[in-house]
Amino acid sequence: MNRERAAWGFVAPALIALGLFFFLPVVAALILSFTDFDIYALADIGNLRFVGLDNYLHLLQTPLFWKALGNTAWFVLLGVPLSIAMSLAAALLLDSKLARFKGILRTVYFAPVVTTLVAVAVIWRYLLHTKYGLVNWVLGGIGIGPIDWLGDPHWSMPAIVLFAVWKNFGYNMIIILAGLQTIPEELHEAARIDGASAWQRLRHVTLPGLAPVLLVVSILTMAGYFQLFAEPYVMTQGGPAESTVSILYFMYEQGFKWWNLGFASAVAFVLFAIMFALTLLQLRVSERWMR
Amino acid sequence: MRRGGILTNIALWLIAVFALAPLAWMVSVSFMSPGEASSFPPPLLPTKPSGANFVALFANTDMARYLANSLVLATLATLLSLTFNVMAGYAFAKLRFRGRDQLFRVLLTALVIPAQVAMIPLFLICKSLGIVNSFAGVLVPSIASVFGIFLVRQYALSIPDEMLEAARIDGASEGRIFRAIVLPTLKPILATLATFSFLGSWSDFLWPLIILNDSEKQTLPVALANLSREHVQDVELMMAGSVVTLLPVLALFLLLQRYYIAGLMAGSVKG
Repeated sequence: MNRERAAWGFVAPALIALGLFFFLPVVAALILSFTDFDIYALADIGNLRFVGLDNYLHLLQTPLFWKALGNTAWFVLLGVPLSIAMSLAAALLLDSKLARFKGILRTVYFAPVVTTLVAVAVIWRYLLHTKYGLVNWVLGGIGIGPIDWLGDPHWSMPAIVLFAVWKNFGYNMIIILAGLQTIPEELHEAARIDGASAWQRLRHVTLPGLAPVLLVVSILTMAGYFQLFAEPYVMTQGGPAESTVSILYFMYEQGFKWWNLGFASAVAFVLFAIMFALTLLQLRVSERWMR
Repeated sequence: MRRGGILTNIALWLIAVFALAPLAWMVSVSFMSPGEASSFPPPLLPTKPSGANFVALFANTDMARYLANSLVLATLATLLSLTFNVMAGYAFAKLRFRGRDQLFRVLLTALVIPAQVAMIPLFLICKSLGIVNSFAGVLVPSIASVFGIFLVRQYALSIPDEMLEAARIDGASEGRIFRAIVLPTLKPILATLATFSFLGSWSDFLWPLIILNDSEKQTLPVALANLSREHVQDVELMMAGSVVTLLPVLALFLLLQRYYIAGLMAGSVKG
């Protein structure tokens, strides 16, 4: 009896904090999304009205929302595969017996992950400068003309993807490295004795062994890429031509610039629903795959 | 075999250059004189390295205050997270109470909800509590986290029950057991959680941006974002600002990377 009370003493503080500052707000967000909460309701809650699905319907008729949705999809579709490929390549190279200085290199690859996003976004904004940027200078060296990375609507999203891949690849690399260590050495050995080439071993031993880890990584990466916000906020302010307005950027502007909090809550829930559905889909597909 | 080894190592160093070049360039430009970086071809090293940008940064902007704000906030966030998550994580692993496993499952499902969904109502809650535009408001979401509880629980599961039982038979209270036996055993995971919490709080952007209005209460990342909008032309000054923002976290990471990376693996693969 006494011990049960002690146990509650240990969990209650954290549970109350989570309940009050996470679970309650999530439920409240759903309710808010059915109201017209705006600057007038912020001043006097008496102005609040329930509007049912109006916010969601209005959302469907807002061109900028579709644009933001498209931009985010573009960012996810381009970024997730690139990110994972980069992480996988780095992990495989680092795991190779031929690799030297593994400890130092692992730390170096991981450094961008711990950097503060805003600070490195500021750096990359200058690296991508059309005239004086290091990226264009390097590209110029191999005969590729100057690209207006952040000023051309066709290039702005790929530029942010390049930056995001740089920032994040070390994170997945660590997880993949851990996964590589769980694949038994005997499997590689057996394949080698059977005369399998390095490429065949990668395809038939390493990648199947990594499948569960790659699933986790792809779900985490996707979730991360859907939450694009600080990059366009710092580097492009959503421009040029709204090409980098992401769903969260749209939510932020609706909520905290125009104070359409009910409408912004609906945006947040649509984002959540999309992420949730895609995660389920990934789990389904992989279940079939792994069988 | 020989050739493969050379190619592998060349590829590894190319990736290292990719990872480090932006940071190296930042440091280099931060020591250049004003306007020097805006020329073609881009200079890689300062012709006359000087700390003038850092002096200007601290003299002309409130950088010292933002740095202090960020340090205080990240430290407090770390202490809060350590207290709340460690107690709960230990209880979920080692103490019995009704509904424990169901509760834990509910917590885990919360991991799929993006934090931004909670942000708008959280702002309204803070407003009704009167803590908008205050440090308390900034700290509210970092008190407890599902990830933190999960991390501590995974580690605490390995504490042998006999050790705790023996202490109980000797008449130690639950609080005493927690302080004298559990906390020392959990030391490595405390270091892990502390690094995560500090870095997370230091780098957080969206929430401080929403909850703080006064410029003197700003955290470094928010201040840096504002500064970089005002000083679009001052590349060298902005790089000095980035150095100031990144130096503490990179140093902390280098110091504690063992714990940080262990936590990352425990948090993602085992689950």
